[in-house]
Parts: sequence; structure tokens; C-alpha cells
Amino acid sequence: MPITAVNDFVVKFANVNGSGSASANGLFVKSILRMGVAVAARNIFPSNIQGLPTWYEVRISGEGWLGRRGGVDLMVAMNPQTWDRDLAEIEPGGYLFYDSTRPMPPERFRNDITVIGAPLQRICNTAYSDPRQRQLFKNIIYIGVLTYLLGIENEVIETLLAEQFAKKPKLIPANIEAFHMGVEYARENLKPLGLQVQRADAVGDRIFVEGNAAAALGAVYGGATVCAWYPITPSTSLAEAFTDWCEQLRVDPVTEEAKYAIVQAEDEIASIGMVVGAGWNGARAFTCTSGPGISLMQEFIGLSYFAEIPAVIFDVQRGGPSTGMPTRTQQSDILSAAYASHGDTKHVLLLPRDPGECFEFGAQAFDLADRLQTTVFVMLDLDMGMNEWLTEPFQWDDAKQLDRGKVMTAEMLEAGRDFGRYLDVDGDGVPFRTYPGTHASKGAYFTRGTSRDRYARYSEEGAVYVDNMERLLKKFETAKSLVPAPIEARASRPTRFGVIHYGSTGPAMDEAMAALEAKGLYVDALRIRAFPFPGEVFDFIERHDLVFVIEQNRDAQLRTLLMTEGGVDPARLVKILHYEGAPITARFITKEISALMGAPVQSEMAQ
Amino acid sequence: MTYIAKPKFAHPSLQPNAVGYTRRDYEGRVSTLCAGCGHDSISAAIVQACFELDLEPHRLAKLSGIGCSSKTPDYFLGASHGFNTVHGRMPSVLTGANLANRSLVYLGVSGDGDSASIGLGQFAHSIRRGVNMTYIVENNGVYGLTKGQFSATSDKGSKSKKGVVNHDSAIDMVSLALQLGATFVARSFSGDKAQLVPLIKAALRHKGAAFIDTISPCIAFNNHAGSTKSFDWVREHNEAVNRLDVMIGRSPITADYAAGDTVRVEQHDGTVLTLRKLAADYDPTDRIRAMGFLQERQAAGEVVTGLLYVDPEAEDLHDALGTTRTPLNELNTADLTPGSAALSGINASLR
Repeated sequence: MPITAVNDFVVKFANVNGSGSASANGLFVKSILRMGVAVAARNIFPSNIQGLPTWYEVRISGEGWLGRRGGVDLMVAMNPQTWDRDLAEIEPGGYLFYDSTRPMPPERFRNDITVIGAPLQRICNTAYSDPRQRQLFKNIIYIGVLTYLLGIENEVIETLLAEQFAKKPKLIPANIEAFHMGVEYARENLKPLGLQVQRADAVGDRIFVEGNAAAALGAVYGGATVCAWYPITPSTSLAEAFTDWCEQLRVDPVTEEAKYAIVQAEDEIASIGMVVGAGWNGARAFTCTSGPGISLMQEFIGLSYFAEIPAVIFDVQRGGPSTGMPTRTQQSDILSAAYASHGDTKHVLLLPRDPGECFEFGAQAFDLADRLQTTVFVMLDLDMGMNEWLTEPFQWDDAKQLDRGKVMTAEMLEAGRDFGRYLDVDGDGVPFRTYPGTHASKGAYFTRGTSRDRYARYSEEGAVYVDNMERLLKKFETAKSLVPAPIEARASRPTRFGVIHYGSTGPAMDEAMAALEAKGLYVDALRIRAFPFPGEVFDFIERHDLVFVIEQNRDAQLRTLLMTEGGVDPARLVKILHYEGAPITARFITKEISALMGAPVQSEMAQ
Repeated sequence: MTYIAKPKFAHPSLQPNAVGYTRRDYEGRVSTLCAGCGHDSISAAIVQACFELDLEPHRLAKLSGIGCSSKTPDYFLGASHGFNTVHGRMPSVLTGANLANRSLVYLGVSGDGDSASIGLGQFAHSIRRGVNMTYIVENNGVYGLTKGQFSATSDKGSKSKKGVVNHDSAIDMVSLALQLGATFVARSFSGDKAQLVPLIKAALRHKGAAFIDTISPCIAFNNHAGSTKSFDWVREHNEAVNRLDVMIGRSPITADYAAGDTVRVEQHDGTVLTLRKLAADYDPTDRIRAMGFLQERQAAGEVVTGLLYVDPEAEDLHDALGTTRTPLNELNTADLTPGSAALSGINASLR
């Protein structure tokens, strides 16, 4: 039986990289949003500019689920290279749409799915003579066909095309014409599918934005003025977005002077070096990178920790180790960020769930870095960083002032305040600092990565060294009360089972929790939003007999942190891991938890 | 890196400079380098230069990497903020510091181990970006703190204290700096204070990347016969192309040079550099000819010193970035945070 569904299905586009499909697919997604239906779209792309396979997976959900569901109801198979595996992915009863210009032998199809062909290439070849036009308009033509097949309103697409080409209006009629070629072909030759999009009002005022762009905007609102970076997928678009936002928001309208400085450095080491230099000198500075960059930055991160210099690093995580899977997503830098650098170090990590939190934490990171005088990581991943997600609109409280932390001013020095750069005056482990150039005769000190006393004087005395290291631990304790607290979603019935998750797993986890409840399985879910872990995290573990820890890495890195930092019995933390490179799905989580809850004793032993 | 502060006795006869500081106010802690180290002479030259420039000590930031030379910022300008960073990475930290506050004077001190090996990349990129700084390499051709290994500036054929002959080619940082676009390039010798002090003064007043390669013999590990960085060898082979006088603002030019023997260069900020020409065919404003001259004399076994190149009209990284005059670290919430109204517009554009 063909699947029938209204506003609840998955469409996957299989394309060739560099063929211009991305903008057509984006148009498709926007049209569904404009129909008032929630949508989640994910690009699964190769480390390549042209020629290799790329996919775009679109989750249409009237209920508003924004994670990956798992499975495909309609495959738009535009890449002969991946035909067989694309076909295999379609759910029984699902649909295949393909370019039927060239006949395919019957054995290349499946008999448990509905096959819809349209001779896209032939239509193009008839209408256009220019090869580039034939390629680009083919994409718009298949959008036309899909619009008819899925019941999307033509006017929505026409409006979007007009918006898209607002700056090149000459292109609008040609695109609309191609779009109608597809619609007309479908109207004359095909029937609407069992999968339909129906106008609704479920999008509200939400926005559709990439996490990298959101984090970059957060950096603008957080007062970042210095950005030093080195191109690396998937973080590049964060620095580029910061540049765009700054040009839009931070150029003085009168003098045209820039209230920011962005330097594309020679490598990641220089990037973090510039950030540390700027932070030392009192500017808010950041870099953005991915796992390999974190490896390169280790030495400077240790300097930032030990010399107590504010720095913000946006780590847009990708598949590791080494070059790994540079265009696939993972949460596999948790440990290397948390304990970055040699010697005893610990760093603050913020773990945003979606672009909304990328913005919020992107701004907050700078307050925390100044307040704690250390490196603060914002841990995005490729899934939320490089995909546009539907998210609540950004919000800002205009009463908020940037918190520059403990900075001793010339007036305070003049008034006779005792300045010891590493003196814990307030008992929170956080000392005062001075900016270079503050006062003619007071407050200068020598910053170094070597051991020193409370007044920044070089010392190799064991007791002096330990005093400093213990104060750094105290400061890390202070961080617990400043970082975002975890958020708990309780099951509708009391349960002894808990789930801990973080980052981009959130949307799939929400859906899995509902699916589990529908099966009579109840779990409380705690979403961790920062390291060091506030006390609520360990209270949550304490309240549950068994806690599933869901992560997108192989080695259960956050679970290791929980065990190490909280002394939690490993047997109580059951790992559920998804690290193949594509984002985790609600179906995967549901299946794993269902199996483990069916036989909890065994799974405990398995740990 | 000592914790021993120099006693602050000031002899009553010490004269303050125009901003009210005596020479002692520009000193730092007691040096822990070997007695007689060339680096200490360079520290003294920095003290002298800053005093004579009437620079308020706290308006200068001193940064270094790791090594003997990088320890020295503790030994001068005790009232300045200093930053002893990580090995070979001073240039990036200085760049970031400069971006944060363009109103301070930046002095980077490094060595040949720090800047010609691990830090060669950062040295190159900070120079080519035109960071407004004075970058001094205290060049002794040897790793002193680790006791006598060759560095990347050791000349091919030179002999280590243990008798090993270096078979790798030397990196000439002056040639590199010229090629990379440094807008002030000089070489000097720690044993020639009369030449070094004016060069440091001119570099500190220069807008843009100013580089001074200072040959600074290591008396512990590289001052023996067979070394090409020993006091004796450098004194014998020093070929100064010019002698420099630095005049600030409208100070009268009192140099006693005969007309025709001098080159006058006026820098951006009004500083007048008067060069007494020693090599008749040397023009310090011609980068390409300077490079050729250096290669030629180097092949003849000479160590060319003096102000080798200067572009008085140089622009710096801030000019390239169009950064605001106000130091970035002084911008406040109102300057930096666009507010909720701007955010509403952004939200609307993302629907």
C-alpha cells in the first residue's frame, strides 16, 4: 500500500555536487515553511566542490518535530551514481521520483514502491540550448513537478523566486517559466502523491537560520571586536557570517570606520594567538574552528588557562579523528576541548542545541570568558552549524550591559587598591586584571605561562605553584554557577529511567521521547548545556536507577566526563552512540532505548 | 625571569626627560642572563631609546616568545605590561594585542631560535600584514637555554663550541623581512650601542612593521673561534652602510655631517631620520636595490649593518582593516551591541 500522509513525511533529494541543486532544494523547503508547516532540512554533502554525490533530506512535520526522523518516504533520485543505495533507502510503500529521459531496466526498480518518472532532461533539451541553462533549469523544473505532486501552492514558489532574484529581476521570468514547465508536465501526465502538504499555521514567528550565522550574530551582540580565523569546514561560514553581520551592524555610519577587526590568519595557531593577544589587551576576541584546529591550538589554550586570559573558541565539530569525515557531523571534540592542553587543565564548554542557543551562548560566551578570564568553548556541530534550522526568533534585552568581569581601573589603583594579578580577593578564585596602559606607575605586571606567585612574580616554589593551581580549581567551581543550567523534560509518569543528551541531539530526542511514551515507555530527559556540570546534573543521575547517555561519538565522551567529574558509577550510565556522520534520528533513539528498557539488567552488565 | 627587583635608588643628578621620567624608570628587574651576554646590552639600548624618546613606560607593551632573548622583557621597562608568550608565537599575540588597542606602542623581542625556526611562519605573516610594531631579533645563532645547539641562522660552515660544523644553510632574516614587505628593516650589533639606540628609536616611531636583526653574541655557547656570531668575528666583518640620528618633531638638526653625505627621511609622525652615508651607493629607500646590495656583501663575507630600508609613508594593518580610531578595547555596550530593534529586522529577514 502506498504511504498516505499529510504534513508528515520525509523527502530526500539525491543530487550531484555542484549541479546547482542546492538553491532549488532550498526553494522547496522555504515553500513548505511558507505553507505554514514546520520543516527540518539537512544537507549531507561530500568534501568536494563538483561531481561527488550530495543529499538533501527534508523532514516535513505538522507536529513540529525538527530532528531527523530516519527513513525516506519520497526519494528524488537525480544522481545515477547513487541510484541503488538511494532506492534501497525508501520505506516500503514509499515513492521514487526520477528523470525518465533515459529508460531504466525494470530490475533497477523495486516493486513495493510507487515510481514516478518525468523526462526532465528531455524537457530541458527541448526548451534550452545552453548547457548551463539545461542543468540549472532542470532543478527548477523538478521543483515544478514536485509542487504539483505534493500539493504545494504555485503562488508560494512564484513569490519565493521573485524574492530570491530581487536583485537580478531579469532572471525572475525565466525561472518562473521553467517552474511552470514542470508543473504543466505533471498536471498533464502525473497524479498527486499520497504524500501531501496542506496549508497550516504551525510555523508562527520562528526563523530559519544556520547555527553558524546565529553564533556569529551572537558574537556581534556579545561585543566581540576581534576575530582571527583560518578556513576549515564546517566552521568557515561562521567567520564569513561574522564579517557580513559586522559590515551590516558595526560600521560607523558617519566615519565608515569599522568597530571590529577580522584577520584571516595563516593557520589555527596564529588565530588563537591573536585571540589571546587581543584578550590580554582587553578586547573581546574569538576564533572559530573544528576538531583539527582544536588539536593545533592546544598550547595556546593552556596558556589562556594558566595565564588567565579570556578567549572564545567556537568549535563546529565534524567527524574525527585526524581529517576524519570533514563534511559529516559528530560530537567528538568534547574531551579534547574539556581538557585541552598539557598539564592539569579544564575548560568551560557551552553546548547549544540549535541556532537559537547558538545566538544566546554565542553572546554569553564573551561575558563568561571575561568574568572567568579563561577560554570558553561554544561547541556547535556541522548539523546545527551548516544547516538552516527552524528556531525561535532571536531575542535581546536592551537593558543588558556587557560584563567585563574584574578589571582594575586607573581610579581603583589610584585609590590605593591592592593589585595582585593572581590574588583571590573575593574568594571565588577569580582575580583582578589590568589592561595594559592603564596607569603610569601602578598595575603593570608581567604575563607568563610559567609559575608565579599571587603578585605575578616568577616562582618555582612548590607551595606557590599549588596555591595557584588550587585557586584555578576554585575558579572552575565558580563557573558552575555561571554557565547555563541543564533543562529537564519529565516523563508524564514517574520513572526510574533517565536520558542525558546535549547539543544537536535535542530535536530528535524530543520526538523519541514522545514515541517512547506512545509505546508506554517513560523516561525523564536532561539536556546538559554546559561543562563544568552544575549540581543538578548529578542530582538527576542520583534520582534515576539507570541513565542513558546519548551522544554522537564513538567513545561516549560526555559520559566519561560525567564519570570523571562526578564520580558516577559507570554501570548507571548506559551509552547510546550514533556516530556514522549523518545526524542522529528519532527512530534510532527510540529503538535503542526501547531495547534497553526491555532488558535493562543486561544492558547494565554490558557496560 | 627573576623575582629580584632592582633597587629604585635614583641618584639626585639623574635628569628627567620631557615626560618626567629618569632613565632608571625605564629599567626592569635584574637580569638572570650570563654576565656579558649581548642581550643585556640590547636591553640597555631599549631603555636608552625609550628614555630618549620621552615615551611613557606604561604606553608601551612588550611581548616575547620563549628563549634567552624572550626572557629579557622582564629586564627593561618594569612599568610596562609584558607578555612572555609561547615559543615562536609572539608575533600572533602581538598582532592580536595591537588589534585590541592601537594606541599603545608594541615592542616584540625574540631570538633566532624563536623567530627563525618554530616561529618563522608567524614572523613572516606578522611582517607581511604590516602590524605596527618594533620586532627585535636578538640573533646569536645558537640555542643558549638548551646549551649550544645550532639555530637556523647559524652560518653554513660555522663551528659549534663542541666542534661540530654546521652544514645547513643559514636563514637571513633581514633578507626575508625585505622580501616580505617590512617597511623598516635594520641590522645592528649588540656591541655597537651608538648604532643600535638610534635604530630602536626610529623603529619605535615608525608606523608599520619595523624589524631589527641584532647580532648578539652568546658568550657561553657561541663566542669561540670558528663561530660567525662571536664578538671578534662580527667586529671584524661589520660593514655599516650608514649612521643614524633620530630627530623628533621640530627638534633642530644638529648632526655634524657634511652636505651631500646625508640622507634625510621624514616619517609619518614627523620624526626625521638623518642618515650619514657610509656606503656611497646605498639608498635606504630602494627595497630592490637594498636586497641586491645585501646579497652581494653577504657573499663577500661582510655583515651589513645600519638602516637598510625604510618606507616613511607605510600603512599598517589598521589602515588596511579600516578600524576605528578608538581602541577596540575601549568600545562599550552601546558601541558594540546593535540592540533589539536591529534584531527584529534580522528576524524578519530570516522568515
